Amino acid sequence: MRRLILAFLALAFVAAAPARAQLTIEIVGGAGTTIPIAIIPFENESNWALGITGIVGADLQRSGLFRNVETGVAPRPFRAEDVNFGDFRARGVDAVVVGSMRALGDGRVDVRFALLDTVKRTQLAAMTYVVTAAQFRATAHKIADVVYEKLTGDVGVFSTRIAYITKQGARFELVVADADGGNPQAVVGSNEPLLSPTWSPDGTRLAYVSLENRKPVVYIQSLATGQRQVLANFRGSNSAPAWAPDGRRLAITLTREGGSQLFVINADGTGLQRLLTSAGIDTEASFTPDGKALLFTSDRGGTPQIYRLNIASGAVERMTFEGSYNTSPRAAPDGKGFVFVRREGGRFMVAIQDYATRQVQTLTPGPLDESPSIAPNSKLIIYAAQQGPRGILAGVSSDGRVKQRLVSPAADVREPAWGPLAK
Amino acid sequence: MRKWIIGAFVVAAIAGCSSTGTQDTAPVEERAPAATTPSTTGGATTAGATTTGVTGTPAAGSAGGAGAAALKDPNNILSKRNIYFDYDQFTIKDEYRPLIEAHAKYLQANRAARAVIQGNTDERGTREYNIALGQKRADAVKKMMVLLGATEVQIETVSFGKEKPRREGHDEASWAENRRADIVHAGE
Repeated sequence: MRRLILAFLALAFVAAAPARAQLTIEIVGGAGTTIPIAIIPFENESNWALGITGIVGADLQRSGLFRNVETGVAPRPFRAEDVNFGDFRARGVDAVVVGSMRALGDGRVDVRFALLDTVKRTQLAAMTYVVTAAQFRATAHKIADVVYEKLTGDVGVFSTRIAYITKQGARFELVVADADGGNPQAVVGSNEPLLSPTWSPDGTRLAYVSLENRKPVVYIQSLATGQRQVLANFRGSNSAPAWAPDGRRLAITLTREGGSQLFVINADGTGLQRLLTSAGIDTEASFTPDGKALLFTSDRGGTPQIYRLNIASGAVERMTFEGSYNTSPRAAPDGKGFVFVRREGGRFMVAIQDYATRQVQTLTPGPLDESPSIAPNSKLIIYAAQQGPRGILAGVSSDGRVKQRLVSPAADVREPAWGPLAK
Repeated sequence: MRKWIIGAFVVAAIAGCSSTGTQDTAPVEERAPAATTPSTTGGATTAGATTTGVTGTPAAGSAGGAGAAALKDPNNILSKRNIYFDYDQFTIKDEYRPLIEAHAKYLQANRAARAVIQGNTDERGTREYNIALGQKRADAVKKMMVLLGATEVQIETVSFGKEKPRREGHDEASWAENRRADIVHAGE
């Protein structure tokens, strides 16, 4: 109980400052085939400074799976019944988004849209949102999610958030932003390194490691209140937090009993239990989505490799066999495999492995790629890379075809963590 | 080849820790004559002088006395705190044994004194795995210090991994400087 100290934000820790340098995402490689889509500016959209369709189009374009087509169809349709499918088919468009915006007089706006399939000549979706102008961005991401899901069959992740660490001079910040880099908010600032942020499954809290006490200590911080709590500050090093899917427990790496070893601990800091005993390093735990197993890195075989622990039986199975350095496993939310970092010829690259086939696919070029984190739809991976002297974030699709670069104007950016689906 | 040597040392160290009695350090002395033989060069001589000075004062309550001043004396080996490692390695090179022994003897002579050993790595490799590698380096230094007279409770080992590089460059000279364990005495 002594360890469960609610630490109020110390002077070294500043409250969130809204004006963060924003990440912008560039597509640097696209899918082989893209879906041609026409997103018609909504009726009355120009009445508001920040529109909606521009953000929808940018979201879809950035996914690498869509191609925005300027059709020039006139007059512009705003409702499903106004769309002449033939006009759009003639311009090579497979899908059309139309919609309207109407001020309700109380500061709120009625936003409605429809998604149409010009090949099947049907309406795929239609939604209405009543929102304030401050919610336009979020609304645009929701519309993009609907379009993405209807046209690709996969859940959209435009409404999710990402966390990452920035380093500017000697200053470190843990930042949370929208998945497109928008709306960045500093959660914690420190003059000592921060690393390993990871989201609680409900998206309300972050666990991370801070060196502010001249050693690695694991904290949990509420995003709503900013309050933080020491999760693990035992003798030695405390690191590599990983939430269990139930959100009640975390796996962590502690050296309190000698060597880097895996433990589980309740999210309130109670109930510490050792998970495994090995003579070497065991670290970087990642729960499988059913919560029944843990992937982790161990050098028990002489080189760092990825293993899987069956928590109930205690059985440990080696998962990686190619190469002499495989670390940082992250279990995919779809339960089909995991991403990790592999070293080959001195280059560190992100790879993905399928449980069933054991097939390994290298997804990124290196040379210093690390910290992969998988989107909740298992289709995109965000990771840290080195570009010249700078740390940047990059994205890659799980099939390796779509490549993105997230560019920050000033700071080094690292340690990305993709948040869960919005509730 | 190298790994066998590490393995042998670790086994020896563990064997030493888990048994009791005065012969505990014997296996390591066999492996590390430089660390325990007084007839070596500069560093070892200084270590001998320091050790004599510290043990010359009463052991009880001597933590803050002349011994502590020796930690800051640039002419004293106790002012040296850095142990450097090869890439991907955590074996302690012979040249650092006099330094480590001096700090071990200091802790032995000052039982109330405490120290932290901070392990570091170069920038290659993933962050959390490097935290674990840095920890291995710190633990290797601690094991040797315990075998040479310090007690377990006096030394905490922690790791900064690659998070706090002393040199920011992306070249071998910077990497070599960052593959390091540092001995920090309490209050510093």
